[in-house]
Amino acid sequence: MRYNERELLSLARQPAEKAAEIRMSVPKKGSVLKKRLVKLVVNFLFYFRTDEAEPIGALLLEHCKITKEEENVFSISFIEEPERKYCFECATEEQCQEWVEALKRASYEFLRRSLIFYRNEIQKMTGKDPLEQYGISEEARFQLGAHRQ
Amino acid sequence: MKLNERSLAFYATCDSPADNAGFLYKRGERHTAYHRRWFVLKGNMLFYFEERDSREPVGVIVLEGCNVELCDAAENYAFAIRFGGTKSRTYVLAAENQAAMESWVKSLSRASFDYMRLVVRELEKQLQEMSQGLAGACAGSREPPGLWKPKPSGLEESRERLPALPAILPKENGCAVWNNVLGADRLPDTSGCAGHDEEGNPRPPPLPPRRRVSSGEAAAVAHGPSTFCRLHEQYSREVAQLRQDWQQRQRGPRP
Repeated sequence: MRYNERELLSLARQPAEKAAEIRMSVPKKGSVLKKRLVKLVVNFLFYFRTDEAEPIGALLLEHCKITKEEENVFSISFIEEPERKYCFECATEEQCQEWVEALKRASYEFLRRSLIFYRNEIQKMTGKDPLEQYGISEEARFQLGAHRQ
Repeated sequence: MKLNERSLAFYATCDSPADNAGFLYKRGERHTAYHRRWFVLKGNMLFYFEERDSREPVGVIVLEGCNVELCDAAENYAFAIRFGGTKSRTYVLAAENQAAMESWVKSLSRASFDYMRLVVRELEKQLQEMSQGLAGACAGSREPPGLWKPKPSGLEESRERLPALPAILPKENGCAVWNNVLGADRLPDTSGCAGHDEEGNPRPPPLPPRRRVSSGEAAAVAHGPSTFCRLHEQYSREVAQLRQDWQQRQRGPRP
């Protein structure tokens, strides 16, 4: 699949919501945990060799499942292939929990659900659609009925 | 750089609704011939397929950080997706009519994750202000700000500027087109955090009076983000159910 690599590399250089050195393994046979710089930027998780400027890879965090595994460990898998797991071993349990929470909220789809939720709540409380003042209430992406998960 | 392409392809083709979809002509990179492709916009990803029923996209354009502009191409109804940076490619696309072009320019301009996050934070703030009993903060009783622009945080200003929409777009809901935005300092600080935790969290919104809750949750309302997330999950399940019902009613009786 073609993609605009230059822009994605540029995104990888942006300040991250979260970044840390974490040991990580990919869902490949014989893969072992290796220390990587892991960086969350918008809905992408980039991972770098710790001394390199360009990421080895990027994961788009949509339709994925973040699972807390054993102590200090969490995994990312995608709903169409739940057995293929990217595993992350953190330094502490606290760090692990922080990453799990951050990654669960890192998808565009999560943001959309949040928006619909808030919009609905505000509308119930005030009787007014809060998006109207911004002129975006008719946008397809904000519609209650348009999206199902 | 590796990308989780299989998951991307799944995201592109699964039945989660698209924010926009349709045929567009895409100008080639090296040769200026236009190719008709089926485009699907989901979130901040613009996928394109050879045919409408192709099983896998030919490619995807990550839209984060882009500007969308009308352009003066020989082709009618053309517009461009541009990125900053010296060697970035500009994607030139052309729609089949004026309405399609306007629809695409609008939806692409607002497709970024950053934009969505800003809107969410603004609504979160409104809800927080309301739940703290500040009546003046309600959308209705306050002078409508009309238009707003995100405050670029020091960290993010190089990344996402909300692109200006072409002036020809009609006003929506009687409000002016959103690109004339001002009042940046109204918005909450956008300096990069994805979740609630890192920002010194808004308190969770109060439960609406008519909602029945278990005593456990009523007690927990005042506390931290994890409780809010549970509440959020509960509401979002409700909302999801409401949506489903609404959709079914829209579809009408099944054949």
